[in-house]
This record gives sequence, C-alpha cells and structure tokens, in this order.
Amino acid sequence: MKLKECKENKIFMGEYEIIVVGAGHAGCEAGLIAARMGMKTLLFSINLEAVAMMPCNPSIGGTGKGHLVREIDALGGEMGINIDKTFIQSKMLNLSKGPAVHSLRAQADKHRYHVEMKKVIENQENIDLKQAEIVDLIIENNRVMGVVTRTDTYFTAKAVILSTGTFLGGRIFIGSSFYDGGPNGLTPSLKLSESLIKEGIELRRFKTGTPCRALSKSLNYEKMSRQDGDEEIIPFSFMNEKLEREQIPCWLSYTNDSTHEVIMNNISKSALFSGNIEGVGPRYCPSIEDKINRFRDKERHQLFVEPEGLDTDEMYIQGMSSSLPEDVQEKFYKTIPGLENIEIVRPAYAIEYDCIDPLDLKVSLENKNIENLFCAGQFNGSSGYEEAAAQGLIAGINAVRKLRNQEPLILGRSDAYIGVLIDDLVTKGTNEPYRIMTSRAEYRLLLRQDNADTRLTEIGYKYGSVSKERYEKFLDKKERIEKERTRLDNTYIKPEAINEFLESKGSTPIKNRISLTELLKRPEVTYEELEFVDRDNRPELAYHEITQLKVQIKYEGYIQKQLQQVEKQKKMENKKLDSNIDYSKIKGLRIEAAQKLDKVRPMTLGQASRISGVSPADVGVLMVYMEKEKRNGNK
Amino acid sequence: MEDTIAAISTAMGEGGIGIIRISGNNSLDILNEIFIGKKESVIKNRYFHYGKISDGINTVDEVLVVYMKEPHTYTCEDVVEINCHGSIISQKKILELVLNKGARLAEPGEFTKRAFMNGRLDLTQAEAVIDLIKARTEAGFDVAVNHLEGGFSKVIKSIREDLLEVLAQITVNIDYPDEDIEQVLYEKLENDLTVINKNIEALIETFDTGRIITEGINVAIVGKPNVGKSSLMNAILGENRVIVTDVPGTTRDTIEESVSISGIPIILTDTAGIRETENEIEKYGIERSKSKFNKADLIILVLDSSKEIEQEDINILEHIREKKVLVIINKTDLDKKINDKIVKELIENVKIIKTSIKNNEGLKDIENAIEDMFIKGNIKQNGSNTVNNIRHKTLLNQAKSSISDGINQIKNIVPLEIVEIDINDSYRTLGEIIGETVDDEIIDRVFSKFCLGK
Repeated sequence: MKLKECKENKIFMGEYEIIVVGAGHAGCEAGLIAARMGMKTLLFSINLEAVAMMPCNPSIGGTGKGHLVREIDALGGEMGINIDKTFIQSKMLNLSKGPAVHSLRAQADKHRYHVEMKKVIENQENIDLKQAEIVDLIIENNRVMGVVTRTDTYFTAKAVILSTGTFLGGRIFIGSSFYDGGPNGLTPSLKLSESLIKEGIELRRFKTGTPCRALSKSLNYEKMSRQDGDEEIIPFSFMNEKLEREQIPCWLSYTNDSTHEVIMNNISKSALFSGNIEGVGPRYCPSIEDKINRFRDKERHQLFVEPEGLDTDEMYIQGMSSSLPEDVQEKFYKTIPGLENIEIVRPAYAIEYDCIDPLDLKVSLENKNIENLFCAGQFNGSSGYEEAAAQGLIAGINAVRKLRNQEPLILGRSDAYIGVLIDDLVTKGTNEPYRIMTSRAEYRLLLRQDNADTRLTEIGYKYGSVSKERYEKFLDKKERIEKERTRLDNTYIKPEAINEFLESKGSTPIKNRISLTELLKRPEVTYEELEFVDRDNRPELAYHEITQLKVQIKYEGYIQKQLQQVEKQKKMENKKLDSNIDYSKIKGLRIEAAQKLDKVRPMTLGQASRISGVSPADVGVLMVYMEKEKRNGNK
Repeated sequence: MEDTIAAISTAMGEGGIGIIRISGNNSLDILNEIFIGKKESVIKNRYFHYGKISDGINTVDEVLVVYMKEPHTYTCEDVVEINCHGSIISQKKILELVLNKGARLAEPGEFTKRAFMNGRLDLTQAEAVIDLIKARTEAGFDVAVNHLEGGFSKVIKSIREDLLEVLAQITVNIDYPDEDIEQVLYEKLENDLTVINKNIEALIETFDTGRIITEGINVAIVGKPNVGKSSLMNAILGENRVIVTDVPGTTRDTIEESVSISGIPIILTDTAGIRETENEIEKYGIERSKSKFNKADLIILVLDSSKEIEQEDINILEHIREKKVLVIINKTDLDKKINDKIVKELIENVKIIKTSIKNNEGLKDIENAIEDMFIKGNIKQNGSNTVNNIRHKTLLNQAKSSISDGINQIKNIVPLEIVEIDINDSYRTLGEIIGETVDDEIIDRVFSKFCLGK
C-alpha cells in the first residue's frame, strides 16, 4: 500500500524506527536486540498469549540447535537466558562422543518460558509490544515505510522485520477436516499474504506437524522407562555460572505391532495422503504414519512423554505427530504400553503456512527487492525455535545497522552455526523446512558450544549487540582459560608420581618429567583424572572452560588443519561482488552459471562458489572479470 | 597466500625437452627438496643450475633448473622451471614428485590467470584470459572428467558409495543421539575403512601411470620354431637402447630383455615354441611359455611367410585368442604363401605386419604399431589425458591417506566426530576426481536410510 493511500483511509497510530511483525522466537530476538541497540521498536503479535510460544516440542536445544542457542547468547540474544530461567530438566547430549558435538538440551516449562520472555520485553526500554494483526506493508519506491493493521490503523517505520511463523496463511489438517487456523488454536494471519504477493513477493507453502497432548494422570509410567536430567546442570547462557533446580523426568515407551496395524489400516484417512495438503514437510520430523509407511521393517518406534510445564497436567507425546482423524489417533495411542487409558486433550495436527524462497534474501536477511524489509524464522523457510531465534537476532542487528548506514553483520560458515544456517538458506535455498544439523558445518571442530563466546562475543561487541557487562565477563573467562593453559604448559610431573596411573590406563610410562599439557595430549588421559597429581594449584573452572582447554590440547592438529582450510577459504570470502553485476553480459560464464548467479546475487566470490551450478572454471572467469572491473574503475 | 601450483608447460608428447613450471610461494622450497645440484651451491635467482631430480632414493632425471624470484616473472610470483629430457615418463615423474611435495596441479589457464590477476597482463588481455580458461577447460578438464572411462568412474562411484554409508551412519549417531539407532562400533568402522582403502589402493595400482609407465609393457613373442622369433627380438634390441640385460630363465626356455620405445619400457619375452610333446623337460618349458604369455600385455605372433599355415600355428593361435595380438608375417623375402586374408580367417581383429627381418624390413612398422596400441592410446592421445592421469592419481593418493589417518584415529579411540573429518576429506577428494561436489548427499542418505523425527 502507498503511504498516500494510508493517510487518506487509515488512522495513524505512531512512528517507530523498527517494527517487527510476529513475536515468536524470531520476533522476540529481533525486537529485543533492536531496542537494546537503541532503536525505537514496536513488536506486534496477533495475540499476546503467543509471545515466545512453543506450539510444538517443549524443549530448547539438542544437537546443532543447542549450539545455536549458545551462539545467540554469545551475541547478546535472549533465548539462552530465558531457557535457563524456565527449564525443568537439563541434559547434555552426546557425552559418549567428543566435545565438539556435546549438545545441551533443556525441557522447558512452556508457559513460564512465554511469561518470562514477555516480562523481559515489557521491562525493556525502547520497545512497545502490541496485539494486532498486520494485513499490509506500506511501500514507497521499493522501500518499506510501515505497516497497516486489520483495524484500519497504520504505523510508520524506517525498517520492518517479518517473522510471521506458521500464522501466515495457516491451515490446520486433522484427518479429512481442514480449516484456516494458526498454531495452538489461535487465529491465523490470512490477509497479509495477499498484500505481500501484490508487492511482488513470491510465497510458497511449507508444512509441519505436532503430536497430541495428553493428561499425565491418564498415563501409566510404570510401563515406561524414566528419563532423568543430568545431576550437574550446565547453563545455556554464558551469563550464568551455576544453576540448581529440581528436575522433572521424561518417559520413554515404544510402539508395537498393534500400533502399526491400526495405523496401516487407517492410513488412507491421514490428511497427508488425502491430497489436501500441498505444502512440503520436513524429512526430519515425519508423522508417525509416514514413519511406519516408509520404514515397514522397523519393529518399533520410540516415543518420549515429556511434561509441558509445572502448572499443567498436559504431556507432549514426542515422536508421534500425526494428521490422522481423532478416533484413529486415540486408537493407536492406546496400543502403546503406558498409554492404554490415554486422555487426549489436544489432538495431533498438521499445519501448512506461507513462506518465501530464502534465495530472495541478501545474506544480511534483507529482502533483495524491497529495501529495509528484513525477514526471519519460518517465514524464511526454516524450522525450529532455535533456527528462528538465530535469524531474528541477525535480522534485528542488521536492520539497526542498515538504518545507521553501517555494514551488516555477516557471520561466516567458519564463525558460527548461525553463519552456516543463513548462508545455506540464502545461497542454496531449501526445498523443505530447514533444520540445522552439525553435519551441515564444514568446520564442526571449530564451531563448538564451549567456545561460542570466544568465536562471537568480541564480534557482537564490535557490532553493537553485546553489552559491556557481557563483554567484560567474557574477557574474564578468556583470561581464566589462558592462565590455566599457561599453568598446564608449565607444570611438570615426575615419573614416580604418575607412572603407576599411566600403566593402569594402559598408557606408556614416562622416563623424564613431563608437562601436564603433554600428558593431556594422550587420548587415554583426561583432565579430571589428573587432579590427583595437580591438586594444589588447580583453579575451579566451569564445564565450558574445561572443555575449551581439553579440545585445544587434545585436538590441536585437527584444529590447526581446519583453521588452515578456513584461511584459504577466507581469501574467497573477502572478495566482494557488486550486487548490480549483469551476469548475462560476462563473457565466458556458462548460461546455467549466469542464471544462478543472477538469481542468488552472491555478496562474495566465496558465496558464489557454493551455488550449485557454478563450476570452478566459472569462478575463475568471475575473478578475471572482477579484476578487470577493478582496473577499469581505477582509471 | 595463494597456493603453489605446478604443471608441465611444454606441449605434451615426445619433445627434445620438457619443462615443468612451478609458481607460488613454496616454489623454491619444493625445488630444494627434490633437486641435487652439481656442487653444494645455493640456487641463485635467474641462474641455470645443472643437477639431478631425485625422489629421495632414485635419480629421476638429469635437469637444468632455473629459479626466478617474484615479482618480475610471468605470474609475478616465485617461479621455478625444471628443464628435463623430453620423455613423457620423465616429465610425469617430476611433476608427480613436485605435487607430492605440496604443490597443487594447476587448473587450465591458471598461470595466465595469475599473471593477469597480479597485474602482469594489461586490461586488453582480460578477455583472452577468460577465453583461455574456458577453452582449456572445455578441451581438457571438464570434458575428460565427463568422459572418464566408464570403468574407472564406476569404481570411484562405488568406493564413494561405501564411504557414504559409513558417513551416514556416523552422522546419524552424532546428530540424532536420542534415536533408537545402533551406534557405530569402532571395530566395524576400522574393518570397513580398511576394505575401502584396499579398493582405493587397487585402483591406484591399475593406473597406467602405475604399471605401464613404471614397469613397462609386457610383450611375448610366440611362434613355432625357426620362424624368426630370436632374430626379431635381436633386431628390436639392436634398434633401441637396452635397459636391462639378459635375465635367463631357469631352463633357458624364455629370455627377457627390456628396451625403450618412445620412452616407455617394453619387456620382450622370447618364448619356447609350443607343440605337443612327450618330452618331460620340453613339456615343462612349454608350460612356462604359456604362463608367460598369459601375463603378457601384447602377444607378437610370428608366422613364416614361406610356409603354409600348419597345425602348429593354429594350436598357438588357440592359446592366444583372448589376448591383444600383433601378427608378423616374416621372411617375406622368401615365398609369400600367407597373406592377410588367410590370417584374418584364423583370428579376428589383429594388426598384421609383413617383415623381412633378415633385410631389416618392417621393423619400424612393429614399433609404430606398439606405440599406437599402447602409448598413443593411453598417454599421448592428447595432453589433457596425461594431466588428468596425474591429477587422478594425486587425488587418489590423498583420499587413501585421509582414510589411513582415520584408521589411525580409530586405533587411538579418538571421538567419532574427529574420525569423521578424515572420512569426509576422503569422500570429498574422490568426488573431485569425478567432478562431484558434496552437497546434501550425506544428509539425504541419513533421511532415506534412518527413521528419524519427533
């Protein structure tokens, strides 16, 4: 809509610097960081009960996702702090593997998570939180100027961030019935899609789903196996040293032949097979009917029963999302040990929603065609609370920086999982809701959760998203680690003090004195075990600090190797490509490459080289072209 | 810093001289590692130095080398040029050695590209540089990759498939620790990787650069007695440089000699005649002859032009039907009782050459035929083939060594995600050979193979 039209027909309600549409995990981070960076910010939610809502699983973190939360925290985001306030169980995953893939996951009290996040926003300076449905954008000369609400009011802004999640064009499917609806029984946002299409933004349909919620008192836990949290709780946020809390268990059970029989007999009734769903769902969270249909040889599928919070009796049945009719749902849930008398209070459903092709975005998450319009979260084709929050944070930071004429914060693939996530989205695009996985990162060993602050807090401070308090805390931690490393390098152990221990571990005894660092390089020797020869001067360090030291020492060779690869790649990442290049005019580029380059409009040569369809020879041609342009410019 | 690149910069093929060019920061270091100068002298900027290239054990070639310090060089980087004898083997061996010392094989047009990027060529030449990159790429690199011999690329694909299975298993264990999926056992992983590495090794060994270039082509000369086998052998030996002298067989039934034709070693074996016999000693000799020509890459069957085809000739033919055969109709100075038509009725698809060894006629034709069959077909066909062979072999060696690293890590019980780095490296390297990049293959495999999700 044009500004003039607004002025004539709508009611003006206020002027802001940044407006965020949608207050889910992306919107909350975007709004908070914009306000903290000093921008007058307005955050809209279609319903204030939906602020930081968790409409699916009641947990934050996990492999890859846990890394994202640590990175969000290291950059000054809120998710880590908020889950630390509200978790009811905490667990470090992958402890049987190496430290690079240790991943923190916490069960959240969903309601408290929402309440605490809302409280933080309400108490934050510079930000207003309002309930309204946004139905249109105000756009002049391809630049966004504000938003229009359903109640015929409008707000102006210099930048707008869209984080509409599954509300945009939301449609619910259960069995053969379907209706327009948002997550968790809330109203969807149906008007905005049409306006976006009018403005030339192409939309597509993605799909996701969630299992049923059941009353805890209807379940028999004696037939399930108990899943407890860790004894020692490791916080998500670098701002927290130690946390103590009473933890609530989760429960594990399995499907069986009867479950599969019920599902297979009724599979044609699933919305998934009805032909009504056009959206593309993610491969990594298939519904139970999909799992059973595709993996017919698998004798059983596991499911976790997880509490939704402390003040509710509702339990989340993880692993069992479905879009079968409610009677079938009840029937198959009841075949599962412990669930025989299940009382379902919210049925499982599938939800379809509108999102964009992320190839339409710059690496800064700004729309390529509409200036100052930033996008984040499921709207960009991702999936997951953590993926959304990460993009929200970056979109927020970059909206602020854009308005201040500062260069955007672009994290590289070697800097952060956030960098991998955004680069994948805007360079390769995605054909399904995108989920982060550690295997998506080339430099997994460098991108650990223990060193997220070492990688990012300095950058965040420089780009204005990290507070002085956090930065100083980080410097202290850094110094503690460096000091301990020096001490380990310079503390020598005599053979008589250690050989008995070494032999007991099957490790070669030493002949001469040896430093603690050298001892720690042996795969079979751990930092904790060496305490008996090192009691006097050993400082008390947090888990992440010790982990950082361990990794530094034990995997030095591999880290060096990855760092060298990063250095090599950096040369390509530092070569900037102009955004106005007419690729069709570059002689020597293959047509396919020129088309792809034209679509993606990479910012750097490195990004160009990752586009599928661009060959090394094309990159060579581009290099020569760039050099030519540079020299032409110098003339 | 840019990496150091190397390539054979003279036209491929037999020339009087071959030049291996190296450009980049490590050029001089690499030269110093492989070059043994006449005296213990330091290599000076812009001086020719005479000496030998050595792989640490053996001398590869006598060479003249020159080192040119940046920036006044073609690429504006440190450049080293090694002038060696023009034979293909010599050039290939030196290039391989340089690559093993850390240089990377130059991409098509890369020296010129660097010259341009570093300001050596002016703006008007930019288009020409682009054309060069494009033309060379189309002529050699990509095309060769796309048209890789079916068998070779099939083997690479199958090895990658095995690695992909391993990688998917590791990935699912790392990314889905909560799922009900069996964990990778180190013992099994080590076994799987050992098998995969054996397959890579086998592939490296079958490389033409491997056997034919280093060991030579095995040629067995067969025929009934007195058709001129020995004279043929002596004639070929006489024309060419003899590398190794007479290695007599235990019963003097076969004689092996090595000669060099067009720079490729040819191992000639003169076998005892094959005929039905009751004589025990002779029987033993015949058995050895049979085993000799079973191993041969090429059989030269000698027939006597002055006599009709006899049963004995046909018996021999029966033994060699499956092999690559060159038929010599010798003694054409005498009677011409055998012609091409008669031979072709007996055995199909063979090259036939008429000789009179006594009069020194047809010898050159034999050498040309051998060259056509092996050397041209395999190596000389065009320059890019040689380059690709070196490239493939270097990458295969890299892939193998990554897996060996991984196996060592497994033995040290290091965490799975560290072992994965080596396996992934190997997978990527193999992909480079057949021009496949790693995108979402691993993740795709994870989702198609395992049932995952909330």
